[in-house]
Amino acid sequence: MAERRFRIWRGNDQGGDFEAFDEEVSEGMVVLDVLHVIQARQAPDLAVRWNCKAGKCGSCSMEINGKPRLACMTRMNIFEADETITVQPLKTFPVVKDLVSDVSWNYQQNQRIAPFKVKAPGPDGKHRMYQEDVDRVQEFRKCIECFLCQNVCHILRDRDGKDRFVGPRFMIRAAGLEMNPLDDRDRVPEVRAEYGSGMCNITRCCTEVCPEGINITDNGIIPMKERVVDRYYDPLRLVGRKLFGIRKRKEPESYTVPAQPQPRSQNTTKGSNTAKSKQDE
Amino acid sequence: MDVSEIQTIHHDVVIIGAGGAGLRAAIECSAQGLNTGVLSKSLLGKAHTVMAEGGMAAAMGNVDKRDGWKIHFRDTMRGGKFLNVWRMAELHAKQAPARVRELEEWGAVFDRTKDGLINQRNFGGHRYPRLAHVGDRTGLELIRTLQDHGVHQGIDFHMECTALRLLKDGERIAGVCAYWRETGRLVIFRAPAVILATGGGGRAWRVTSNSWEYTGDGIALAYDAGAELMDLEFTQFHPTGMVWPPSVRGTLVTEGVRGEGGILLNNQGKRFMFEYIPERFAPETADTIEESDSWLRGEEGARRPPELLTRDVVARAIRAEVEAGRGSPHGGAFLDIANRRDADFIKRKLPSMYHQFKELAEVDITQEAMEVGPTLHYFMGGIRVHAETQQTNVPGLFACGECAAGLHGANRLGGNSLSDLIVFGTLSGTAAAHYVRNLSSTPRADDDQIEAAFGWAREPLMRENGENPYVLHDELQEIMGKYVGIIRTGEEIEEGIDKLAALGKKVAEVKAHGASQYNPGWHEALSLHSLMITAEAVARAGHLREESRGAHTRLDFEGERDEWVKYNIVLRKDSDGEMEVEKVERSAPVAYLDEIGRAKIEDLESGKVGADAPDGSDIDLDAAFAGTVEHVEEKAHG
Repeated sequence: MAERRFRIWRGNDQGGDFEAFDEEVSEGMVVLDVLHVIQARQAPDLAVRWNCKAGKCGSCSMEINGKPRLACMTRMNIFEADETITVQPLKTFPVVKDLVSDVSWNYQQNQRIAPFKVKAPGPDGKHRMYQEDVDRVQEFRKCIECFLCQNVCHILRDRDGKDRFVGPRFMIRAAGLEMNPLDDRDRVPEVRAEYGSGMCNITRCCTEVCPEGINITDNGIIPMKERVVDRYYDPLRLVGRKLFGIRKRKEPESYTVPAQPQPRSQNTTKGSNTAKSKQDE
Repeated sequence: MDVSEIQTIHHDVVIIGAGGAGLRAAIECSAQGLNTGVLSKSLLGKAHTVMAEGGMAAAMGNVDKRDGWKIHFRDTMRGGKFLNVWRMAELHAKQAPARVRELEEWGAVFDRTKDGLINQRNFGGHRYPRLAHVGDRTGLELIRTLQDHGVHQGIDFHMECTALRLLKDGERIAGVCAYWRETGRLVIFRAPAVILATGGGGRAWRVTSNSWEYTGDGIALAYDAGAELMDLEFTQFHPTGMVWPPSVRGTLVTEGVRGEGGILLNNQGKRFMFEYIPERFAPETADTIEESDSWLRGEEGARRPPELLTRDVVARAIRAEVEAGRGSPHGGAFLDIANRRDADFIKRKLPSMYHQFKELAEVDITQEAMEVGPTLHYFMGGIRVHAETQQTNVPGLFACGECAAGLHGANRLGGNSLSDLIVFGTLSGTAAAHYVRNLSSTPRADDDQIEAAFGWAREPLMRENGENPYVLHDELQEIMGKYVGIIRTGEEIEEGIDKLAALGKKVAEVKAHGASQYNPGWHEALSLHSLMITAEAVARAGHLREESRGAHTRLDFEGERDEWVKYNIVLRKDSDGEMEVEKVERSAPVAYLDEIGRAKIEDLESGKVGADAPDGSDIDLDAAFAGTVEHVEEKAHG
């Protein structure tokens, strides 16, 4: 047991400041454990989002000593014995209260991605694909949607490009669909025009912070950028198209990507496709 | 309070809970044309389903062609010690394969067999490799598939929104009162049907694999609305939770470790599970290390290793070894896969276990053994529902997934939970749509109920002083661990019930400091209500059942008693607001299920038994709705 000093950001969208807490820390504890002890003993209304406490749900994302991390997977023994631990909410998204940020923008981006469309099954009515063909897709599907990659993406964080780029999380979601052998949709046009693949300048910050170790940039974003370049900017193809007007790809079935939604008034993701619910305030 | 000024949202159906069951129910409701709303305490995609690791059981026969619904059904009944609702176990075994294939059509990417089909793995209590899986993160795959499919189905997802009380119009359901966690603002959802999909109540115990959401909300909402609860005494202690460090005590270690060849050892290096093989399973379990090893190599005829016995058996065995002084340094048993499989295999098949131990316990499971011990994991019991419609005894109120009782009987097999979610999520959605379509008038709740619900919710904030909710929750966990734990006696449970009553008085005086905006102290204070009802129900049911069956172990009544398999324990709120507990006789199963459930495996596989059983589900919703919950099984079979 040892007493440790924590500086925790307290406040809401109107502003706030760091508050200091001293708390006893015992062997094996992670930062989230200490936050819970502080809640129970000192600050019962300290807002923290968390769920599984095992690195599987991606709820407790925050910035700890300047690094974006999952609080449940950040062991106290990685810090120096006398180091003060500074904890603050994700910077790229608006704060709700204390360590909780409003990540609803990400849910809106997810809804803009065209749904999976399954290919026809084989003659025996079964779908077949082989492990080596799905390994890469499964890597992307390990994503726990902690949004740490979104938080460090320069386009979203520093350049306020939320209207131009869906961010690394949704680039690999699109890549996971594009590379899925059973998906029957051509996603390259959307990736270029709607999700802003050209915005990413490959600094690999997203890959570095991924708690699942997904190789976001090299395995997901770069191959998607290459597909876009091959399709739209390959000089040989351009010449070929100009000269012969041939090899024109079959146009993919159209999917209207929903526009960027307006800021929300409550924490409801409205159903897309149909607007069935009515509301009276 | 002016009710007309409170935000009001109308739906045809409201689903409370956005885990696997809730999402699958919502997708079905929407497909049936209902205006569908989903309430979830967390953000979408964070539900506890993500923690399910091993897989979902479905007798597809992709790995072993001998598998089929009858064998899955028989395994489920035997695992549940024959207390399962027969019809539910039948529907589950029959429908699971189609539900799994449907997930693939919606974009789930399961691990593949060499032939390119969905791969299936071995698991405790399942005779053949049966669990469709994605490494050891199957739950995440399930929830992400349903989430990404669901957001395009016109469903409204109300995130970080907590249900407070169900609303009724006479006997019928009319909606639910809730609040937005983010702002603390109140909201009324008016709907003629509500589906509860809230999971269990494991947070009443300290050593649990459950997340904070598991506070028994659905159980309490249903109970307060007059619905019956059933089989609450059966709380599954998963044999393998982490035991060290203290802050992660209880976190789940998937059964997949044993499915992939992991073995349990005591501190003398002995593979102790051979000493704990129950009579019922002896003919189908290996009794030597040699035979176990040849099973692992896939040799025909070899029987399954005893580490893959059902969870109740393995959990009690570990506890017995620890009690006898043969435990690991931190009070568990050793789970070794490092000496059974090479490092690459372990990292590929059990990546999140590798990661979890490396990060949280600084243990490399490819090099050394894990320390594991029992952890409260799952509620077999819950809300009493009709087997085919999932409707409770309250018209318009449905329940599916972990919060509903019946499928798993006295003990759940690993892998049967994820398949439960998708099978009964779907059935509840179909039935809710049928119910809503056939309503002659729309129920509407009066203002008194709404005022009472919101008034109650604000009390902890308004009080001048009062008890600390975190401390009360801790006291509850202390009581449940000590008096209603893995091994129980009548005397201890009585003491526990007294302690709960005393604690209840303090809970009534709980104080939440601060404002209502995203206030965990207030959320905790409100969840105590659900936890207390759930805890009392487990204690009272556990006290009444004087036998040891499956997950319910009574030191003062050892072994299964034949007369007790005839009864379920049903709980309800009586007219004085007290908890009433009653032994209710079960109805007899239809003949073919009885024969299949009790058949010798050879007779079942040769077709000597069960050859005439129908393969279809054959649900007549009109007839089902005409019946009552009390007549679940007879009605189902006319």
